Amino acid sequence: MDTIFGVPIQALFGQLLIGLINGSFYALLSLGLAVIFGLLNIINFTHGAQYMMGAFCAYFLSTKLGIGYWWSLLLAPIAIGAIGIVIERLMLSRLYQLDHLYGLLLTFGLALIIQGSFTHEYGTSGIPYPMPSELSGGQNLGFMFLPNYRAWVIVASLVICVATWFVIEKTKLGSYLRAATENPALVQAFGINVPRMITLTYGFGVALAAFAGVMAAPIYQVNPLMGVNLIIVVFAVVVIGGMGSIMGSIVTGFGLGVIEGLTKVFYPEASNTVIFVIMAIVLMWRPAGLFGQR
Amino acid sequence: MASTQTESTTLGMPATAANLKSQRVAFGVMLAFFAIAPFFVYPVLLMKVMCFALFACAFNLLIGYGGLLSFGHAMYFGAAGYVCAHAAKVWGVTPEIAILLGTAASALLGVLTGLLAIRRQGIYFAMITLALAQMIYFFCIQAPFTGGEDGIQAVPRGKLFGMIDLANVTAMYALVFVVFVAGFLLIYRIIHSPFGNVLKAIREHEPRALSLGYDTDRYKVLAFVLSASLAGLAGATKALVFQLASLTDVHWTMSGEVILMTLLGGLGTVFGPVVGALIIVGMENYLAQLGAYVTAAQGAIFVVCVLAFRRGVIGELGRVLKTSL
Repeated sequence: MDTIFGVPIQALFGQLLIGLINGSFYALLSLGLAVIFGLLNIINFTHGAQYMMGAFCAYFLSTKLGIGYWWSLLLAPIAIGAIGIVIERLMLSRLYQLDHLYGLLLTFGLALIIQGSFTHEYGTSGIPYPMPSELSGGQNLGFMFLPNYRAWVIVASLVICVATWFVIEKTKLGSYLRAATENPALVQAFGINVPRMITLTYGFGVALAAFAGVMAAPIYQVNPLMGVNLIIVVFAVVVIGGMGSIMGSIVTGFGLGVIEGLTKVFYPEASNTVIFVIMAIVLMWRPAGLFGQR
Repeated sequence: MASTQTESTTLGMPATAANLKSQRVAFGVMLAFFAIAPFFVYPVLLMKVMCFALFACAFNLLIGYGGLLSFGHAMYFGAAGYVCAHAAKVWGVTPEIAILLGTAASALLGVLTGLLAIRRQGIYFAMITLALAQMIYFFCIQAPFTGGEDGIQAVPRGKLFGMIDLANVTAMYALVFVVFVAGFLLIYRIIHSPFGNVLKAIREHEPRALSLGYDTDRYKVLAFVLSASLAGLAGATKALVFQLASLTDVHWTMSGEVILMTLLGGLGTVFGPVVGALIIVGMENYLAQLGAYVTAAQGAIFVVCVLAFRRGVIGELGRVLKTSL
């Protein structure tokens, strides 16, 4: 019982765990993208940069103000979400009448500005961020060692994902949101302030990205480029899942993380590209994505 | 672009006699500029401008006339560079063959990726092309013949047709000039052909074009492959000029740069991408000491263009002169 398919069981579960961790971030980020896309019809290219800003915000809070991980987990999403709201009010809201591609180009430009400035200030080598002391150490599960912090990341992102799904699919507020996605003019006519809802939705999506960033800081270090490559993978995740359903993006996020982890065990050369290959296959077989409707 | 309104009023203008005349004048100005400028400016910089101008024109064929925003055009530009450099250095073929091989590789890549990407529209199309390009990027990092982080260095420029030595700057400049002008004229011809008109019809209203009996997918794939091949031609030529094929040219930042050049110059204008390439390459050259702030500056130009300057330099110029350039 030391190997499965010729692979040491330790390595297998180790990569499975890494896959689940990556999957947590894919799920959180694609969820944010899907929520924003649903109401704004904009693909938020700044999402990766906002994830990075979340991590940096936690780093600043800890070095400048001595605020620890747990408060950062709350304060960083609020701060970055507020910046997101300003961006939406000042810039994105001017583009709703135009082709949606302009929204993509604008958020791409914003991502370049943020990333370029942070790279200039902090370089690309990465800054360590301490793990909260409550979650240091780990559990020996017999077949593998499970660090507490990693277990926390998986559980926390699952909880956030399911809570978001619940709010959107099962509450009154969520039903307004879904109605506004279908027909904003009609919802407005019923006396609901749709522009404000759009603004808050963007703020919430951005806050999700920043939350993911804070959680990622102790694992991946704080790095100006941490969001860039991640966001491209998340785009592929979004294409695979289709942005039609909230649950779809959660399931696809975690699933693809695990598949990527397993690829690292069985065929490491393809681990960088496996998600893109899956995207190509899904496009051939089901262009609308696994959970999407055209 | 797609079905919603754009501000480019000049986009759909027919090629009237007056437009044709102003475009001829502009073409003459452009030729004169690239013929005279090397006497005043560092020629290698101008060769870089022409390579990027051709790249941006190829990209513009797709976005400006087909309404398809590709976020992954670096893959054709960079892959052609690798193939061209490998052919010239390892196989020792003459430069014209190396460039053609690079272009052919991009065309092939364009067929494969185009068939996949056109299965979705709009924003999804952009995300798919970006993801496919990232896949090619990772492939280029790992593949044995690309030299990984180092790229393919010290590529011999060789002798054109086995006779003209391209180590001579004047000869190299002339070759890049000819490639650029030929590519530009080909794109001009495509835009003003019946094929180009169908493409514009698809951009304006795809279901209507479909209902008129045009196989829109076939037109889109063909436009995609043409654009990819011409981007490859630019990339292969650039590899010879700099005697280098590297990961920079396949990275997503390169895809962003070509979008920026086209947007700044004017989406869907004939000369806009050339002007955009000139400005951006010039800016990068003179601001190089600013390091990562160049990226931030590019981002700022993006934001300004999208918010307040959607017609671009040439689009605005055409509006002032009441003509289509």
